[in-house]
Amino acid sequence: MLRLEKRPIPSRFWLYATPVVAVLLTMIAGGLLFALLGKNPATVIKTIFWDPLFGEFAWYLRGQLLVKAGPLILIAIGLSLGFRAGIWNIGAEGQYIMGAICGAGVGLALYPTESRLIFPVMILAGALGGWAWAMIPAILKTRFNTNEILVSLMLVYVAETILAKASTGFLRNPEGAGFPGSRSFSGSSFPAASNPELIAGSGLHWGGVFALLMGVAAYILLQRHILGFQIKLAGQAPRAARFHGVKPERLVLLCMGLSGALAGLAGMFEVTGPAGKISIDFNVGYGFTAIIVAFLGRLNPLGIVLAGFIMALTYVGGEMAATNLGLPSAAIQVFQGMLLFFLLGVDVLTNFRIRTTLLGVK
Amino acid sequence: MDIGGINPVILVASLMVAAVPIMLAALGELVVEKSGVLNLGVEGMMIVGAICGFIAAVGTQSPVAGFAAGAAGGAVLSLVFAFLTQVMLANQVATGLALTLFGLGLSSLMGQGYNGIKPPVTAKVPFGPLAEIPVLGPIVFGHDWMVYASIALVACVWWVLRATRLGLIIRAVGESHEAAHALGYKVNRIRLGCIAFGGAMAGLGGAYVSLVRVPQWVDGITAGAGWIALAIVVFASWRPWRVLIGAYLFGGISVLQLNLQAAGSGIPVEYLSMSPYLVTIVVLVIMSSGRGRASLNAPASLGQNFHAAR
Amino acid sequence: MIRRTLMTTAAAGFALALGGTAMAGEPMDHVKACFVYVGPIGDGGWTFQHHQGALAVQETYGDKVEIQWQESVPEGADAERVLTQMALGGCNIIFTTSFGYMDATNAVAAKFSNVMFEHATGFKRDSANVSTYNARFYEGRAIEGLIAGRMTKSNKIGYIASFPIPEVVMGINSYFHHAKQVNPDVELTVIWAYTWFDPAKEADAAKAMIEQGVDVVASHTDSTAPLAEAAKSNGAVIGFGQASDMAEYKPSPRVASIIDNWAPYYVKRVGALLDGSYEQVDAWEGISGGEVLIGEITEAVPAEVKAEAEALRDAIAAGSYHPFTGPINKQDGSPWLAEGQTAPDGDLLGMGFYIEGVTGDIPQ
Repeated sequence: MLRLEKRPIPSRFWLYATPVVAVLLTMIAGGLLFALLGKNPATVIKTIFWDPLFGEFAWYLRGQLLVKAGPLILIAIGLSLGFRAGIWNIGAEGQYIMGAICGAGVGLALYPTESRLIFPVMILAGALGGWAWAMIPAILKTRFNTNEILVSLMLVYVAETILAKASTGFLRNPEGAGFPGSRSFSGSSFPAASNPELIAGSGLHWGGVFALLMGVAAYILLQRHILGFQIKLAGQAPRAARFHGVKPERLVLLCMGLSGALAGLAGMFEVTGPAGKISIDFNVGYGFTAIIVAFLGRLNPLGIVLAGFIMALTYVGGEMAATNLGLPSAAIQVFQGMLLFFLLGVDVLTNFRIRTTLLGVK
Repeated sequence: MDIGGINPVILVASLMVAAVPIMLAALGELVVEKSGVLNLGVEGMMIVGAICGFIAAVGTQSPVAGFAAGAAGGAVLSLVFAFLTQVMLANQVATGLALTLFGLGLSSLMGQGYNGIKPPVTAKVPFGPLAEIPVLGPIVFGHDWMVYASIALVACVWWVLRATRLGLIIRAVGESHEAAHALGYKVNRIRLGCIAFGGAMAGLGGAYVSLVRVPQWVDGITAGAGWIALAIVVFASWRPWRVLIGAYLFGGISVLQLNLQAAGSGIPVEYLSMSPYLVTIVVLVIMSSGRGRASLNAPASLGQNFHAAR
Repeated sequence: MIRRTLMTTAAAGFALALGGTAMAGEPMDHVKACFVYVGPIGDGGWTFQHHQGALAVQETYGDKVEIQWQESVPEGADAERVLTQMALGGCNIIFTTSFGYMDATNAVAAKFSNVMFEHATGFKRDSANVSTYNARFYEGRAIEGLIAGRMTKSNKIGYIASFPIPEVVMGINSYFHHAKQVNPDVELTVIWAYTWFDPAKEADAAKAMIEQGVDVVASHTDSTAPLAEAAKSNGAVIGFGQASDMAEYKPSPRVASIIDNWAPYYVKRVGALLDGSYEQVDAWEGISGGEVLIGEITEAVPAEVKAEAEALRDAIAAGSYHPFTGPINKQDGSPWLAEGQTAPDGDLLGMGFYIEGVTGDIPQ
């Protein structure tokens, strides 16, 4: 019989070894899947994990990893603070959309003014938009004790409708011949509101910079600041937290607001940078994927940065495998699912050890 | 007797059909959550149920076999979740989301080659002349058997949770797994059973989508119904009959907004499209603000994993 | 230091990519044709039809052509990356099959002047290697409208619309105009589903219409769900196949269909690249070019209506009739097209108004 036994303290060895084990296990299971689909498993796995980092076109794809990881990290950092305190904001996707609409809206209202101040104002507007959208579930939670998971989730659908309205109505490009979508922020059409690559070919734009800065800031907050302590305490021991003077309402407003603002920022950077404009299908699920990233990173800011890059790798590498090897994109989705399962599953080894006992012997 | 160009009898009859998938999935999730487990993978289990049911129904030309296979498919997928959260003690929120991702991909892989096929027709229950009765006929006697089965399942779950020993054990496990463990119950095994039941119900709901609601297979056919099911569970404050009300209300608003458009109402379309979600939020607020009573019904151990020290 | 290296490698990489293959204008022995899809091939509609076109290219040219594709590519940054990967990976011609890829297509095309880009349904051709192509689906809508006007018993016909964009508005107007021509009493019900693809919602929309007395349902969304819903009426309600033939609902409720047939265009363009005659185009062809096919009109339609519909189809194909021929007024009664005047393409591509007789407003 196998039995789990709780470790007195988490194992440092397994803390670092589990991701490696999980990736190896995924390669084996995924390899079987690819073999079943009639592809050479070794080639597929090399295409997913090796080529984006060291392959022929890695000089381009490495930057793309950053483009993909940036918003995931930024949103996940915000979410992780709430998750630690037991506040479940599942609607980051909606806050991401609203941040993009508000940020882009402010920029478009000022078109075609050229001023250095425009972009910072848009950043503020984006953060405010996401913050305000997250405040709805937060205030409903504190005032009426309404479940924040569901309200924030419902608001995603509402935000998607507003997005459709924005791109076919109030933010539509007046020179776009009636086609849906706002004016473009990319290229030279509106430089003051644009969020271009900061270093050519690096994939780094202001969103990536903010993501990394926020990672560091969140780390310091959790390690050094009283607020970080309160967040951790509220999650681990709510009663003790109350005795310690933590006001749950305040914490809800703060954590939801912060995560909303960061999601809004991510949306704003995305719409002015890589996405380039408001369109009906602007959101591609970063808000939901970020939840997984937050947990993969074990709610630890530095872990989240790493997890964001791993997630990005499976997207970018998976695309390459799909294009070059003719794999259905559904196979890549299944592969990603497996990777998550293994990462979440083997995590148990960090906090538990496996003991073998003979049947019937306690 | 039309109201604003909409016939209420037909509206009620069609919302009963529209509500079946979310009602079944929500009912399953209710039992899962009652046992203290939060499985956010409903959407993934539904869509796997939808394709399993579709494949089986097309293969055997029997809708019954299809629904059985749908339930089985959902249950098998849910066991992945059960293994990870109950044995490997993985985080439930993240595992549930991963399950949805996995299920969407898996269903698409399984469904290759099944596009553009018509499944066998799920028959209406032959009530004969009863179905001709005005008002009552279309509402009470005009449906396929799954509509009645779904209502029967609500009654069944209600009775089990309320009046049986099994129900008591499930609730005990969900309220305090420590206490239930101390009383000698196998917490993780009971939860595993509940998760499998939830998966089967989600799969059944998914099969209803692919065999009756839409009758066909296309990738992504459930289109977010699983998330709505999750909302309905909380909306219902974990009470089976309220799941039925919630599903009918939600199904009703979705159907109503399209009916209002068809009837040429002057309300702008985008407000109509977001109305189901806004109404759900409003109802959630009203339910939870009533002296905080309804919300107290949440299982106390919801979302927490349990590990027996010995 | 790191920054410098990054920049130089990036520049070198692009230079390498730019240096390689032959420029357009010279015949090529082998072409790698790549396709970017917005949905899964299994959607049974839009993407499925594009993939059929891709397969036709492979079949026509055999060994001389290699095809590659990527499904479910989100619009925006992801599209740009996929396109760049394809261009770097040696694709000679890339078809981007959704309106939302417009900016990404033009951005990537600017960097790879020796790779040809073909963007479906767009209007931007910023560099010489970007062509655009679209199909005149409104021509097919005209035939649907005629059948609808003749076949309706309740004089109520329906249209399940996706998003309020010119493409869809054009389809609604054409459908209604031709129904009205043969049946002056006809009324049109439009439901905006705000989705391209959501089978359950499409089924509900069809159901809502049918409950309102609509007995002919056309849809601008991609799934067969509206037809499946119509099928439940035991022949009282008819509809049309959309994007693909949807032959499984023959002979009723599916009485005809508009098939997006991209194969002729794809075969022609890849062929042009092979024989060196490739040029930048802005293609907008319809029934005459074979891009829009009218699927078999079934026996559920009376023979004289079928003959009338086929005559309309042939007139459009021959170019002797334009579906938007005046006099046509706008919804508010102001004149749009004078007697005998045909609609300029520009008006159609930016169409943001209903024609006279359509009730309701386009959501703005």
